[in-house]
Amino acid sequence: MATANLDIHDGAHAHSHDHDHEHEHHELGFIRSYVFSEDHKVIAKQYLITGLIWAFIGGFLSILFRIQLGFPEAKLFWLKPLLGGWIDDSGKLDANFYLALVTMHGTIMVFFVLTAGLSGTFSNYLIPLQVGARDMASGFMNMLSFWFFFLSSVLMFGSLFLSTGPAGGGWTVYPPLSAVKTANPGSEMGMTLWLVSMAFFIVSQLLGGVNYVTTVINLRTRGMSFSRLPLTVWAFFITAIIGLLSFPVLFSAALLLIFDREFHTSFFLSDLYVAGQALDNRGGSPILFQHLFWFLGHPEVYIVLLPALGITSEIIATNSRKPIFGYRAMIVSMLAIMVLSFIVWAHHMFVTGMNPFLGSIFMFLTLIIAVPSAVKAFNYITTLWRGNIVFTPAMLFSIGLVSLFISGGLTGVALGNSAIDIQLHDTYFVVAHFHLVMGSASFFGMMAGVYHWFPKMFGRMMDEKLGYVHFWMTFIGVYMVFFPMHYIGIAGFPRRYYSFTNFDFSKSFTDLNMFISIAAIVTFSSQLIFAFNFFYSIFKGRKAPQNPWHSTTLEWTAPVNPGHGNWVGEIPTVYRWPYDYSKPGAQEDFIPQTVPYAATPESNLPHEIDDEELYTDTPEVKSAH
Amino acid sequence: MSQKIEISGYNAIPEEPQETLSMNPKKFALWLFIVSIIMIFAAMSSAYIVRKGDGNWLEFELPQVFWTSSVIILLSSITMQWAHHSAKKDNLGMLKISMVITFLLGVAFIIAQYMGWQDLQHRQIWLGGATSNPAGSFLYIMTGLHIFHLVTGIVFLLLVLIATFRDEIHAKAMNRMDMCTTYWHFLDFLWVYLFIFLLINH
Repeated sequence: MATANLDIHDGAHAHSHDHDHEHEHHELGFIRSYVFSEDHKVIAKQYLITGLIWAFIGGFLSILFRIQLGFPEAKLFWLKPLLGGWIDDSGKLDANFYLALVTMHGTIMVFFVLTAGLSGTFSNYLIPLQVGARDMASGFMNMLSFWFFFLSSVLMFGSLFLSTGPAGGGWTVYPPLSAVKTANPGSEMGMTLWLVSMAFFIVSQLLGGVNYVTTVINLRTRGMSFSRLPLTVWAFFITAIIGLLSFPVLFSAALLLIFDREFHTSFFLSDLYVAGQALDNRGGSPILFQHLFWFLGHPEVYIVLLPALGITSEIIATNSRKPIFGYRAMIVSMLAIMVLSFIVWAHHMFVTGMNPFLGSIFMFLTLIIAVPSAVKAFNYITTLWRGNIVFTPAMLFSIGLVSLFISGGLTGVALGNSAIDIQLHDTYFVVAHFHLVMGSASFFGMMAGVYHWFPKMFGRMMDEKLGYVHFWMTFIGVYMVFFPMHYIGIAGFPRRYYSFTNFDFSKSFTDLNMFISIAAIVTFSSQLIFAFNFFYSIFKGRKAPQNPWHSTTLEWTAPVNPGHGNWVGEIPTVYRWPYDYSKPGAQEDFIPQTVPYAATPESNLPHEIDDEELYTDTPEVKSAH
Repeated sequence: MSQKIEISGYNAIPEEPQETLSMNPKKFALWLFIVSIIMIFAAMSSAYIVRKGDGNWLEFELPQVFWTSSVIILLSSITMQWAHHSAKKDNLGMLKISMVITFLLGVAFIIAQYMGWQDLQHRQIWLGGATSNPAGSFLYIMTGLHIFHLVTGIVFLLLVLIATFRDEIHAKAMNRMDMCTTYWHFLDFLWVYLFIFLLINH
């Protein structure tokens, strides 16, 4: 049966029949099953573990520069075994290396952790399982997607060990810092590796995104109409579309930057003096790069955030034992966010000398995003309202996401004003804003997803108590780290500065900075609890039941450890939407999507019977009318 | 209302879940790749316009040979469609001939574009260096990117060409042929777009 189904998807390639046949009936070797696997579940786990490793590396880099910011007078000789020459003879962190640290922290977290680690993991894992497909549209492309990501990871990781250091011009790689090789030690080989690594990363994202969109549209099981898709799948679908439209633009920008660096073109460079020497570049515009970069860069924010929001929708509905409030409103607001995300990029550029009238248009469009975002926040809260809430660690992280989304989003409304932005631009206020709303919120979504789908992924449960400790330390820690940054930002302290003790206006923030750094170290350390819980539970966790959270979606109808092809025998058919929780009259407080209305006469609503009539055009029904 | 609720007693009727909308996933994926390629060129075009609006823009005539290359690629689209048609009609001899012609026209297009670049260099319009201007650099990069994609198209074409000589393409096995035709027409359309864009904005 499985083979037959694959054949339908594989269409005209007659010879591919045998190929699929083999897949179904022969054990694959270790390399094909765990390394170069084409199974979406294995690829998802590869993404997850690579993403988690990156999260620890990226987090650790932030601890290094937090030590510098919190303890500017400290002697850091004890870091010498790790950082070597980057700690100078007086025990100080090298200033250029500090810039490289913030650059790599941003790049790693935005792209490798929250794009690949979040959307790569959960899109791969959940799309086929939740739409009822045996695998992704193209397992081969999916495998390529991961290995391009891996290659890009290796290059980026390698750049950390260059003697000139990794790229140091900020994760936004604005020229001329990134384009002129003499601008900063990191602008030499470090920047070259950054660009090559990102080029592979974009290829990986495009291969993945094409697969996600194709799978959602073409491989849904019978009955899985768009109005019955879980919100997770909607979120991944919209995320993939955003990625397909915006990553190519980053590719163009990176390509032009590569030409500026290696072939002496002048797209982004003009009339520069470096160390008293005039460069021969004429006629370029650095602002042009910012336009191209932020045309990706802003949608990227939603590429990072939307999967987390989708995961949250699913977990909050499941653990409130209530249907999601405003299912259609959720979809419409995600679509609205998708459209708006492409027409607000210039709010990152209010202070680049942009025409103030143009600024006011971008400001207006930016503020409109508050509307769909507020709809989503409202819907989460109303779903929780009077729900029969089960506080699993996943649920706590989801609720935490809603909190961070609101508190971080509110400052976004302030920052979106082009006038207020003049004061706040590039200060710690911005850092606080996006770390709450994009960084932490998405990270919480990722953690929620890991706790929630861990039983499906590894067939075992994670330890709940450790999960609670991890949640509370992270939740309180994140607020302790990022809330004080608002004050530093309002006072006008710029981000990316190596030292704030050199300036009179910022000297008084030493204590606050020390507080933030200590909070950051504690928060980072508490992630080790998660790491232990995660890896320990993979091998030694309690065995998971088939449907531990009493959830309605399709993935929980698959075996505890689904094999290649996900379902044994026929793919389940879908009869209802995914949020039939606590339906009045129903025997249990959840009805899986695979249960037909005919089996639940006690809980059917009038319009659901109407639907039934529509597609059973039988004489009995007509006569009963 | 009350009458409708009574119907729920009729639950012996199994409802038939509907088949979902779907098309061949591989063809669909090709369209998505085409969308992402369009976005690359959209980014380039808008960058071009924005940069041109800043002034300090070198004005020069496009190479005359671009007209020839446009004719070549349009012809190759016609032969490609002819090949597609022949395959559909199981006219395998004609299919092979038209595929070979399409392939040759593709190569001829690349040669013509290269001659265009040589023409530019004769007129001292450079990609990079002290005497270059973004006007020229953009021209090289946009045509170069198009050629890069055309090379991928030729590789695809070559694979299908080999398949035709193994008689693997016929009326009942059209998938690869369909996709190849779609991609080739897209590359043709892309060049026509680029050429018109450059004619208007150079």
